[in-house]
Amino acid sequence: MNTVTLTVKKQPELYLECENVNTDAFAGKKAADIAKLGAYQGKEILTLGDFFTITGEAGATAADTKIIVNGDCTKMKYLGAKMTGGEMIVNYACDMYTGSWMKGGKLTVNGDVHSFCGLALAGGEFTINGNAGNYLGAAYRGDWRGMSGGVLRVKGNAGSDVASFMIGGEMIIEGDVDIHLGTHMEGGKIILKGNANRRVGGQLVKGEIYVFGKINVMMPGYKPVGEKEMEVDGTKATFVDYLGDLGERHPKRKGETVYGHLYMKK
Amino acid sequence: MPKEVTDVICPFCGTLCDDLIVSVSDDNKTILGVKNACAIGAEKFNHQRQPGRVKRPRMRQADGSYKEITYDEAIDWTAKMLVKSRKTLMYGWASTSCQAMSIGHEIAEKCGAIVDNCATVCHGSSLIAIEDVGVPSCTLGEVKNRADRVVFWGCNPAHAHPRHMSRYSIFPRGFFTVKGHKGRKIYCVDCRYTDTAKCADEFIQVQQGFDYELLNAFRTAARGEALPDTVGGVPKEKIYEIVEDLKQARFGIIFFGMGLTHTMGRNHNIDIAINLTRDMNDFTKFAIMAMRGHWNVTGSGQVLGWQYGFPYAVDVSRRDQARHQTGETTSVDLLNRNEVEACFYIATDPGAHFPVDAMISSSRKPTVTIDPHINCTTEISDIHIPVALVGVEVGGCAYRMDNVPIETRKVVDPPEGVLTDEELLTRINKRVDELMAKGGA
Amino acid sequence: MSEYIIKNGHVFDPTQGIKGDKKDIAVKDGKIVDKVGSSAKVIDAAGKTVMAGALEVHAHVAGPKVNAGRWYRPEDKHFDSHKKPGITRIEGGKSIPTVFKTGYEYARLGFTFAMEAAMPPLYARHVHEEIHDTPIIDEAALPVFGNNWFILEYLKNHEVENTAAYIAWILRQTKGYGVKCVNPGGTEAWAWGLNCLTIHDPVPYFEITPAEIIKGLIEANEYLGLPHSMHLHQNDLGNPGNYKTTIDSLKLAEGIKATNNFGREQVLHSTHLQFHAYKGTNWGDFESGAKEVMDYVNKQKNLTIDTGNVTLDETTTMTADGPFEHHLHGLNHLKWFNVDVELETAAGIVPFIYDPNNAVFASQWAVGLEIALYAKDPMRCFITTDHPNAGPFTRYPRVYSWLMSKKVRDERLNSFKKADKVISATNLANMDREISLYELAAMTRAGPAKCLGLSKDYGGLKPGMNADIAIYNINPDKFPSSGPEIEKAFANVAYLFKSGKICVEGGKVVDMGHKETFWVDAKVKENKQVMHDVREKFLRYYSVNEANYPVPESYAPHQHIISVDATKA
Repeated sequence: MNTVTLTVKKQPELYLECENVNTDAFAGKKAADIAKLGAYQGKEILTLGDFFTITGEAGATAADTKIIVNGDCTKMKYLGAKMTGGEMIVNYACDMYTGSWMKGGKLTVNGDVHSFCGLALAGGEFTINGNAGNYLGAAYRGDWRGMSGGVLRVKGNAGSDVASFMIGGEMIIEGDVDIHLGTHMEGGKIILKGNANRRVGGQLVKGEIYVFGKINVMMPGYKPVGEKEMEVDGTKATFVDYLGDLGERHPKRKGETVYGHLYMKK
Repeated sequence: MPKEVTDVICPFCGTLCDDLIVSVSDDNKTILGVKNACAIGAEKFNHQRQPGRVKRPRMRQADGSYKEITYDEAIDWTAKMLVKSRKTLMYGWASTSCQAMSIGHEIAEKCGAIVDNCATVCHGSSLIAIEDVGVPSCTLGEVKNRADRVVFWGCNPAHAHPRHMSRYSIFPRGFFTVKGHKGRKIYCVDCRYTDTAKCADEFIQVQQGFDYELLNAFRTAARGEALPDTVGGVPKEKIYEIVEDLKQARFGIIFFGMGLTHTMGRNHNIDIAINLTRDMNDFTKFAIMAMRGHWNVTGSGQVLGWQYGFPYAVDVSRRDQARHQTGETTSVDLLNRNEVEACFYIATDPGAHFPVDAMISSSRKPTVTIDPHINCTTEISDIHIPVALVGVEVGGCAYRMDNVPIETRKVVDPPEGVLTDEELLTRINKRVDELMAKGGA
Repeated sequence: MSEYIIKNGHVFDPTQGIKGDKKDIAVKDGKIVDKVGSSAKVIDAAGKTVMAGALEVHAHVAGPKVNAGRWYRPEDKHFDSHKKPGITRIEGGKSIPTVFKTGYEYARLGFTFAMEAAMPPLYARHVHEEIHDTPIIDEAALPVFGNNWFILEYLKNHEVENTAAYIAWILRQTKGYGVKCVNPGGTEAWAWGLNCLTIHDPVPYFEITPAEIIKGLIEANEYLGLPHSMHLHQNDLGNPGNYKTTIDSLKLAEGIKATNNFGREQVLHSTHLQFHAYKGTNWGDFESGAKEVMDYVNKQKNLTIDTGNVTLDETTTMTADGPFEHHLHGLNHLKWFNVDVELETAAGIVPFIYDPNNAVFASQWAVGLEIALYAKDPMRCFITTDHPNAGPFTRYPRVYSWLMSKKVRDERLNSFKKADKVISATNLANMDREISLYELAAMTRAGPAKCLGLSKDYGGLKPGMNADIAIYNINPDKFPSSGPEIEKAFANVAYLFKSGKICVEGGKVVDMGHKETFWVDAKVKENKQVMHDVREKFLRYYSVNEANYPVPESYAPHQHIISVDATKA
């Protein structure tokens, strides 16, 4: 695997659209070619070379490429978005759309990310070693197909509207979340190690949410049906099993109604 | 001899009453009186003859005072600002015509801007909800002719849409509603007892911030599932009772306003209210409608819709792409994050509506405001360009809250020499073309 | 205006019986002429196919529900909203393109006219605002009448003359083109959450049946002698077993003769027939009813149809058939939009994914193709996708490839995941017919033009006709054999002339043309009853004043008004 290292040398005055900073866009390119890749700042078309010092070279394909980004990326959007393979490490906080529409590979951010990160994640591993903003791993506006695969892990807290319209994959939030976790969820698994403010699993059709901490206000559409001993993300514990959202439609399988499950750690 | 202009469209709110009668002086210059309008609507006409109305563009001086400049100078300054700025916010559009918006969008696409309208601080959350789950709705005439259950949820038309209740929702007698008010059951759900609640048969007081939970409880009850003893302060017995009554409707309608759009969860409150409406259609006929406020904000969404496919917060800053993301391409977020370099405000007063931080950010950027009157925004602008009042001094298309378009009527001439939005934008567009042909500002 | 001579192209023109002969076409002052001077610009069309500009007979391209579909589906265009180089604006949307993309794409496909298939009269101003902003192509819109209270009340008593007078009034108010009827009675029933699934189900309160509405509207249409016939979206769309209701509805036209001065022969146009040609009792035993329906259509010379071909894409369904969209939402649970329009109509929208792995959707695909392949008279069967319901119109080239090549069609059929099931539920596998370029010209040009009453000036290449001409990079002697090649050739015209002006060259839009809005002004005898009813309904039931109902002149700056005199009818 070949490695490309980007080091921020100049901060954008507005925000920089880094849709070309991912393993797919770099694949098969040398540092000089990568420096020529475009980046929008408003209507101005600049190049990656204007903002980054670039060393190394990419592998032949995304899967053979590793990217390391150093320096302040808080005004960079779309880092690692749509990548399909390989590895990317950002050693600073990033702005919106980081790791969105990712299909494969491994993306690690050693810092915080802003909102709309990991949107509609379809595959790969996306790890945020900091906090995340709103709409983490949610669907793009209007789409009923949110996160569908892969693993998204946040070490810190996340904001509101996390995992909206999730249909598959696994999300682990080690800290707390604000309101609306797993709204409209129709598949997949969310593990919340910390607390949730309110509105967990509203309008949920299918899927599983595990909460280790507390929820300030439970949704009225959830009803406890028993307890279960389970091992969840390495922790063995007893969970209370709530069925829900009973206000929402639910599919039937072999004549049986399939409900969503909210498991609250005792 | 004063003359009367009939079938005039009110230029105030999204109800777009179209039965006003305005008497006008013989020389077409002065409005003498307005009939049928509510107090706020009538005031919009009275503004026309306000003394001290600004009739020429003004430019802010170093000392903060304003000096009069010509339209040509103002147009040149504006065009240069637009051409130079790498990303401009073009916000407003609610009090102008669809025809003017269209020209504005052409400028935005050329200059690299974000076009946003006041939905961004109003029913934008409703639009997000509609993007997510759709909406079963109807025109206001359907409500008048058919509705026998009317729910006002987090809205107060008695104050915000003064003629709504008499024209469409509570009192009118329609084709299948010959008993008028008597044939309708009116519910009002709010966290406080409003003047609209006074007109309701039943007032349900919801604890502030618990609309989503209460709506979830309604849906759960509609499916016959168990509920906690109280939800959002409402006893479960009451919830079951109301849901059963709503199922008995022949035609039900929910009207909602800022009480849902701007309390905790915002779009989710609308989203679940829409889902409740959808559920009720398994039992009977039900519709839901946003009580859209700013006059033609709906029209801005429509024109943006057919030209770009998004209802507000449309980012064409890259000039090669149209994008939309509430939370990113929305005005307040753009200002708070300093994502834009210049501001162009038209036909709305963000200074009166936006959060203070956003306006502080705005005040540090080159700013042009196009508005008939002096308002909070004009006072933090480099240039203020006065224009004719749309719907009073010039016609043009406007869309009602139920998306019905009505061509508005001119009733008097604008003050001598004052341009209309369409004329002004056409000239800015032309100046932009000239500057771009020369390679920039 | 410039003169052109299009030289050595293979010309296909059913209006003159020209079947691919090498022929020069001369253009002058926006018209096709016998000859032009020596200074005329020469367009070398050697090895290319030359046809008249195509006419879209039924698509949802402008108006309130189309736009609701646009803005409630940001995901339809998030990554698909770009500006192409040149003079064009940003183009967005896959299944519901923006107005700019709609105009450019139709032009790139060789179309010069599109009919908006359903205009709610109350929203006519909106429809015309969008038509105004749609570049290049001429457009018209059909107001919907099948659930309108005036119509229901007049036809309950079989008052054809009053119906006709009201239609004429609406056409003038809305700048409308003809008489559209969607799920007659069913959409009014939907205002109470109900529907009319057969043509004999009574409409709640109004005590009339869909059959009476259909027949009455046909008669009123012929009373007026409008250029287009009654245009029907039948009851019970999209349900297994509906082919019987379809044939029952078509039978209502038996014995009625076309009365008009426009060369139109049909009295009923039955639209998106694919959705109405299903046998079986449920989606499990669902079968194609295309043969039964088309056997009837082939016999009845006073009918025309369009296909409504399923393109196997993710799309957005939208129709004035409100109850159907509610039903569809119940099947796929995707976001549901509905609007009921006072006194007039309703509309619903639901996104839809015609997944080729699903046997039902693949069978619907086959039914649509069968409809076209069973059609004996290509002048009476037109290709549509009921855009965007069965698929976006931008997929026409692919539909053509399936119709024109058995090989391409069979490749698709045999590669379905449930090919066996599809083959046994439909007849397509046994059909060998390949639509020729000449037949295609009939199905997309001459036929629609005649059906719309526009055959005098449109749909052909006779001298005197409007110079709307599409030139494709297709050599009929070496007709492409693979699907992608056929698609490519039809997707981007070599040239498109609109009213004698080159608007597209090499697939690139080079001129916005001179777009016109077509509408029909029908003069009738003064009718005090109808005008009294209009006044009364506006005073008591409408939410807008009568004076604010018409479409202002400024909304259609370039009007092509077709006048009809029905005062002596």
